[in-house]
Formats: sequence, C-alpha cells, structure tokens
Amino acid sequence: MKSEFTPPIGKISQISGKCISLIGNDIDTDRIIPARFLKCVSFDLLGKSVFEDDRKTLKGRHPFDLKENQDSSILIVNSNFGCGSSREHAPQALIRWGIRAIIGESFAEIFYSNCIAIGIPCFTLPKKSIQDIQKYNFNKKLFLEIDLKNSSAKSEDLNFNLEIKDSSKNMFLTGEWDATATLLKNSSLVERKFKDLPYIKFS
Amino acid sequence: MSQDTLFDKVWDLHKVSSLPGGSDQIFIGLHLIHEVTSPQAFGALKDKNLKVKFPSRTIATVDHIVPTDNQSRPFKDNLAEQMIKTLEKNCLQHKIRFFNIGSGNQGIVHVVAPELGLTQPGMTIACGDSHTSTHGAFGSIAFGIGTSQVRDVLATQTIAMNKLKVRQIWCENKLSHGVYAKDLVLHIINELGVKAGVGFAYEFAGPAINALSMEERMTICNMSIEGGARCGYVNPDEKTFNYIKNKTCAPKNENWDEALLWWKSLKSDANSIYDDVIKFDASKVEPTVTWGITPGQSIGVNQQIPLLEELSLNDQLIAEEAYEYMGFKPGQSIKNTPVDVCFIGSCTNGRISDLRVAAQVLKDKKVSRNIKAFVVPGSEKVANEAKQEGLDKIFKDSGFQWREPGCSMCLAMNSDKLIGNQVSASSSNRNFKGRQGSPSGRTLLMSPAMVAAAAINGKVSDVREYMH
Ligand code: SF4
Repeated sequence: MKSEFTPPIGKISQISGKCISLIGNDIDTDRIIPARFLKCVSFDLLGKSVFEDDRKTLKGRHPFDLKENQDSSILIVNSNFGCGSSREHAPQALIRWGIRAIIGESFAEIFYSNCIAIGIPCFTLPKKSIQDIQKYNFNKKLFLEIDLKNSSAKSEDLNFNLEIKDSSKNMFLTGEWDATATLLKNSSLVERKFKDLPYIKFS
Repeated sequence: MSQDTLFDKVWDLHKVSSLPGGSDQIFIGLHLIHEVTSPQAFGALKDKNLKVKFPSRTIATVDHIVPTDNQSRPFKDNLAEQMIKTLEKNCLQHKIRFFNIGSGNQGIVHVVAPELGLTQPGMTIACGDSHTSTHGAFGSIAFGIGTSQVRDVLATQTIAMNKLKVRQIWCENKLSHGVYAKDLVLHIINELGVKAGVGFAYEFAGPAINALSMEERMTICNMSIEGGARCGYVNPDEKTFNYIKNKTCAPKNENWDEALLWWKSLKSDANSIYDDVIKFDASKVEPTVTWGITPGQSIGVNQQIPLLEELSLNDQLIAEEAYEYMGFKPGQSIKNTPVDVCFIGSCTNGRISDLRVAAQVLKDKKVSRNIKAFVVPGSEKVANEAKQEGLDKIFKDSGFQWREPGCSMCLAMNSDKLIGNQVSASSSNRNFKGRQGSPSGRTLLMSPAMVAAAAINGKVSDVREYMH
C-alpha cells in the first residue's frame, strides 16, 4: 500500500505498474470494503481496510497482503467484479491502496461507473485470457504498460490488446471522466430542461 | 436497440445533450440522499466551490446508520452521530428538505419516497444507493449512483450515463398461494444469473406483474440490481395512480388532473421494440430460499442444494466457495436448516404489507426457543400504521422484538449484527459473505412470510404449511 495518496487528475492515457491478481467471480463491494468502514465522512482512511474481512480470514495469505504484491497498481480480476452496492467507497479504497487500473472478465455496472468517475480505467478480456494472465503473474511478476489510446498492454515478453468501451476510453483521453466540469458547461440547457419537464411544477 | 418502450420515452425526455465521449447527459428529476454516500459529495462541492443547483429536487433522510433500539441523541456510536450531524448540517446549509428521526416521515430512503408520493411515473430518480431501482415500480427510471455522481447531481442536476438496453421480463399466469414477489424475483435472478442484467434496464410485465400490488412491484424492482440490472420498472397503471393519490407530496386538485393525464400517456407501446424478451411462468414459482453467497444461489424450499455437476461451469467456482462458507453439503435439503436469527425489514420487504403478511403467520404462535427474532419497520409511517393495526402487538406476543425504523441488519452498520457464524433467515436482499455484520455470518434470503415461519419452527420451513 502506498502511503501518500495523490488522486489522478486530467487526461489519462498511460498507466504502468505491477499486476496483482485476485481470483474469484462475483466479488462484491461488501467484500471490497465491509459496511462498517462506511461510517466515515471522508474517503481518506479507506485504503488500509480494503478487503479487510477476506484478509483477516486468510491470515496474511491474501493477495493484498503478500509482500510481492505491495506497490502493485494493476488489478487482475475475474467476472462480475464489484457487484452489490453502489458504495463508491469500494473503488475509493482500491485507489487509495494503490490500484490505478483494473483488468477483468466483466464488471458490475455501478462499480464500473464509479471507477470511471474517480479515474480508474477498467478493461475487459475474455475469461481464458484473464486466467492466462493470472497464471503468468503467479509464476513471474508481470509489469504492464497500458496504452489507452491503442487499448493495448505490453510487458517484457507479452503484448496484447485490451477491450474498453469507446465512451469510457474517450473520457480518459480527454480528461472528461471528471464529469462535473463537462456537465456544468450545459447549464443553460439544463435550466431549459427544468422548465420544460411536465412534472416539475406539480411534484 | 430498443424503441418506444417506457424506458426510451423517459430517457429521451430527460436527455440534455449528447456528450463528446459518447454518453448522454441526463436530467435527474428527483434526487434522494442519505447519510452514507452524501458527505463526501458535499465535501467535493465545497472543494470545487459549487452550489446545489436545484435544492428543491433533492430530498434527504437518514437510514443506514440509525440505531433501532434507542434513537435518542447523541447516538451511542460516535461515528454514527457524526454522520447524522453532517447530513443535518449539509441539508440546512444547502436548503434541502430533510426527513429526520421523529418527523413522522423518516425511514429507509426507498420506503419513504414512495409513501410520501415523491416517486411518480415518468421521472428520472437517482440516489447514492443501488436499490434506487425500487422506484421503477411506479414507471419511473430510477438507478443507483456513486458518490461522485451524487456530487454531479447536486452541482448540475444531471449525470453522464450511457443509455441502457431494455429487456422485457414477461411473467405469465400468477403467483400461487403462499408465494410472494420476493420468491418471484429470487427465482428470476436464479434463472438469469446475477450479472445477466449488466447494461440493461429490466421491464417487468405480464399478467403476474399486473396482478401485484404496488408494494410487491417495489420488491421486484428493488432486486433488479441483484440480477445485475441497474434499473427495473413496471409500466404505470390504475394501481400506480391510486397508490399515489392523496399522498403528502402527490399533486393536488388541477395539478392532479394534469399529472394523471400525462402519466396515462406513459407506457411502452404495444409494438415497442426490446433488445431482449424473456418469459417466466409465475405459477411455477415456489417459496424460494437462498443457500449460497450470491442472491442468484437459490432453490425452492422443497428442493435440494444443487450438486456441483448440475451447475454450469461458470457457476461452479462460486458454488464451491458457497458450500464451504455456508457449511452446506451439495444435495442437502434446505428445509429444516436450523436458524439463529430472524430478521424482517429492509427496503425489499420492510413495508406495511410485508409486516401484515408476517403477522398473519405469527398470530397466536410463538417464536422458537433460542431464536433472536426482530422486526424493523421500513419507515416511521410503516411503524405507525402497523401500530394502529395492532401488528406490533402480534409481533411482540409471538416473541419478536419490535424496533425503530432503519436499514438495520440488512447491512449491519448499526449494532444489529450476526455473531460468529450464526445463520439468519432474512427478508433483505443480499447474502454476501459478511453482509450482516459478522465476517463469517450466514444469510438465507426469503420472503417475510417465510422468515416468520422459520422463526416459529426454528428452522427453514415451508410457510404454506402454516397458512390456512
Ligand atoms: S435496507 Fe438494505 S439494501 Fe435497502 S437501502 Fe438500506 S442497506 Fe441498502
């Protein structure tokens, strides 16, 4: 886990780092950050509590506790990662632990959009490729350089393509993932919508 | 691509612009907030020096962290007290209407908004909570958002989002006696899988859905998210309009007439196009119970826990994890599984009709020895109504504890928690590992009637044997 946290800002086109594999389908947000840690008014302290219960159960053998995984920043997961609640605390805990990109077979929807909103690109790959990467990473630590523009990743001896929705990719390349500024631009259109909607006056 | 469905109509109506990245900017008609996912959003507003754009379109209540035994302030739990205080302060500062404890209208956000008449057809509704899909029962398009999006809604009343595809889930016939909306939705999730809904809005339709009460429709839409769908809805009909009529925040007089006229025009066209249609036969659904650690791992109460080889390859990994965590053997019956705790409540099944059904099962019966059973009404209104009907007395006489409204052991952010590897029979919506407050606690999801039957018998039971 990194001690200093600096949030990503602006355009994101390149991410490189060591990979950390987390094996299992349907890993839900309650496991990523158990509800008791939601008792907070800021996200600052969440990094150290990521996967707390799973880590306690595994007594030091959880990937997030293994020595060789410290300083990793690219998380490799299986299918339906992040299912469950809408808590942004989950990706906020991951990013504060040091995760800057996630590659998985599939993601739950709100988790995915929360990741975008805080600047964590999520890429998908077919099941078999994910398993291959996880296997490779188990035998030999994988250091990946991800190029968002070309949706590709390379390491010393691997070279492969990643999948990411065009809309998400564009958001990272343009810096628009930090949505507030973009949304604020259309302020006059929003005001018109407010006036035009049939129900605003009676609800 | 879907066309002329209610989803398409509401989406198009609320679309402000197409964003350069390819997503749409969508206006949010009603924004609901609570204490857990809003403080950081208000913090971000402050950092960016922004104001709340339309304070009148945001409504707040407090639900997740409230204690259900003693609600006097300050709360015993300092962190919980700090969270409610922060919400109070933010609402005051930004002039947001807040239904606090004791207002008569506090409760779980997804119970409160419909019962106040705030939830209406044709709206877009967002809340920093995944079960916002509940409000789709009224023909609104409602979805959960994260805290950064809460910030965006506060600052701009809009969010950036990709349009969803629409899958119609058509339910034929009707539910049989002793089988409820909860059973139907658990069954649907089991059949389709927990991630089938990713990228989709679910339109629930067909005779079985039409026959459901508004509260039952809320139960179905509520758990869309457990099926992976961010949003679920039912086309509005007379039942919808009758439910809203005369509610505190419902349109009145000529506004009502105007609203009604508009609402009646809001439904999927007969020849609308869906991205996908799936049919179910509701009459085949049995009282359903989860046996695993995802809401998709469920069986009829008289069935056996599936063998590994009966499951698809994709489901085997998580099934093995579930057998081990839950301590179940493949092929074992779920019926007669001993339980330790019985919980009735949550935004899935904490409404007055849920309490009525459970009370009917419990009347003149006693909770089995050594079982901790408690009922947490979904809101102050539900609690008051239940008291007027004498339901609280039935619960208490049977041995249930009667608590104050809140989310409680649905997610265990207050002191209502499982201990060790206790097994709970729960009317809530998630059976994830550790969800109910103990890292090794085990949750069996079922309908409130089934929870009541489990309480009486001390083990998982078929509620139909307790009904006459
Ligand atoms: S009752 Fe449970 S699912 Fe519903 S809002 Fe509260 S914690 Fe979330």
